Amino acid sequence: MYAQMVKSEGMKSLEEMSPEERAFQERIDANEKIEPKEWMPEGYRKTLIRQIGQHAHSEIVGQLPEGNWVTRAPTLERKAILLAKVQDEAGHGLYLYSAAETLGVTRDELTEKLLSGDMKYSSIFNYPTLTWADMGAVGWLVDGAAIMNQVPLQRTSYGPYSRAMIRICKEESFHQRQGFAIMMKMANGTPEQKEMAQDALNRFWFPALMMFGPSDADSVHSAQSMAWKIKMNTNDELRQKFVDETVPQAEFLGLTVPDKTLAWNEEKGGYDFAEPDWNEFFEVIKGNGPCNEERLSARQKAWSEGAWFREGLTAYADKAASRRAAAQMAAE
Amino acid sequence: MSKKEWPLWEIFIRGQHGLNHRHVGSLHAPDAEMAIRNARDVYTRRKEGVSIWVVPSAQITASSPSEKGPMYDPAESKVYRHPTFYDIPDEVGHM
Repeated sequence: MYAQMVKSEGMKSLEEMSPEERAFQERIDANEKIEPKEWMPEGYRKTLIRQIGQHAHSEIVGQLPEGNWVTRAPTLERKAILLAKVQDEAGHGLYLYSAAETLGVTRDELTEKLLSGDMKYSSIFNYPTLTWADMGAVGWLVDGAAIMNQVPLQRTSYGPYSRAMIRICKEESFHQRQGFAIMMKMANGTPEQKEMAQDALNRFWFPALMMFGPSDADSVHSAQSMAWKIKMNTNDELRQKFVDETVPQAEFLGLTVPDKTLAWNEEKGGYDFAEPDWNEFFEVIKGNGPCNEERLSARQKAWSEGAWFREGLTAYADKAASRRAAAQMAAE
Repeated sequence: MSKKEWPLWEIFIRGQHGLNHRHVGSLHAPDAEMAIRNARDVYTRRKEGVSIWVVPSAQITASSPSEKGPMYDPAESKVYRHPTFYDIPDEVGHM
């Protein structure tokens, strides 16, 4: 998802746990929230930092493919909407970084790990946005897939993460709807516009399915994360749910999902569909996607070229503080 | 002997597991630890909370009420930030 393939420690049974660990697991089983200053297993803390950090990085890097179209939006209204959406993503990144920081990692550490490639962001943002229809497809499919994951995460066991998710989900509905509204406009427009909408669906369908990560049916990492309630569903469950909700929406648009094997399966009450190309997924994760270099260098550039500005603000704050102190001394 | 007044503390209570702390009021206390003890007596006599935060009132910087207009009015024209701005037919399903 926005956090793909987050590694965690192996899983212990209740008998193997220390009394502290057992009490912790029992609190989670009782749906109690874990708060920053409370005792938690080191693995829980580390896994959450990786997961929330990756999620935050995805929000931030996710601004780039859409930011690409802000100056070329077809109308002023569309431009304002796109800008508002990109602005929301920055806010979502901030909520999540703040949640991660409650676990004892600093903002700068997280940023540096993103810039050095130590921490990842979602594979989806390493694909280019080639036409305006991609703004529709991203809102509809990418935000749609993100919502699939984020809605259950509102119930996650870690309090600050859960509260960040609740805030984000409230704002996310606008993102998907504005995307679908673009798709509706394009799909009902000229034949060329409809063709663009279809092309965007063709390019984003499989990358969107990859967002949920490879099948984790047998993964020990997933089992531990699910026991800790920092992962609420398996990747396959969420992918299935996404396909089942999205295929009728594509039909409504009069567009064709680029999967010849796609078929309704009465028995399971869901669609059968083709898996994405997992080799491609692993290549993108490794850094070899179409836009990995561009995305990371855009972030590195923003960080290094913004250094003078951050330093300037700090210098100003220091100066203002000493001025206030001097004024207070004079008054006394 | 000059009398030193106790500072004012702002009190925040988490009502239930998982919720945000909410501001409930303020009280005087000589230090943070006493502020928590006092807050427990003043604000949680009926088990209103599961956690207390205390913050020195002097540490709070507030926005100015007179700037309400310039601060919040600009959001008024940005109705497109709300999901209801977009006309999505019911048959598409919940989105």
